[in-house]
Amino acid sequence: MIIKLRYFAWVRERVGKPEEDIEVPPGVATVAQLMVWLASRGEEYAHAFANPKVIRAAIDRTHVRPDTAIGNAGEIAFFPPMTGG
Amino acid sequence: MHYIIPMTVTATVRLQREPFDAAAEAAMLTRGRTDAGAVVTFTGICRGAEAGEPIAALTLEHYPGMAETEIERHVAEATERWPLLGVTVIHRFGRIVPGEDIVLVVTVSSHRQAAFAAAEFLMDYLKTRAPFWKQVEKAGGTTWVDAKATDDAAAERWAAPGRDAAE
Repeated sequence: MIIKLRYFAWVRERVGKPEEDIEVPPGVATVAQLMVWLASRGEEYAHAFANPKVIRAAIDRTHVRPDTAIGNAGEIAFFPPMTGG
Repeated sequence: MHYIIPMTVTATVRLQREPFDAAAEAAMLTRGRTDAGAVVTFTGICRGAEAGEPIAALTLEHYPGMAETEIERHVAEATERWPLLGVTVIHRFGRIVPGEDIVLVVTVSSHRQAAFAAAEFLMDYLKTRAPFWKQVEKAGGTTWVDAKATDDAAAERWAAPGRDAAE
């Protein structure tokens, strides 16, 4: 299954790109597992996802918790806690 | 959880790079109606210093598509929780220099309590749930603003019992 990943703020800076399409590997079922897998993809990913507890996620533009199943997600975004307003 | 904005409520959500005119936006919500008894207008402004250090500018990054949807959802929730007649939320993105406006919330109701509460609710949610991120430009370089625990606490006081914070 191919999904689009999007990164914002310092997650985007550390990964070095705003978005990419990835094939979800077997055994990766939740957002938290996806972060663990991403962290293993290289130095920049390891840096971006070194502390997954501080990273927030959204599936198809809705906030989700780390234990949420990826399911049929089309787009998953990772970003730091929001600082708007 | 889904909320629907009643047809009797004038609701506007805009994300834009350009500045806005707070007074004109408030006037537009009350013009021609005689049922409005209270207008609350909140404007968030870019400060010229953070923790005693002067800043050159803030740059706001956002998640297009999600930011609009997330704000609209909270506007709809506000119209369900308080008897509002009108709501306008405008959030700017891009580079903003000290003294410039960042965000506008206007709420109109027959009585002040609802207008005050709804405006505060919307601002607390914009701070913690709307996908925007502030980067600070200082003489020494740029840094991302850290989320404040006080903002999280302010948003949590509006949570309805049993409602999942991540939904």
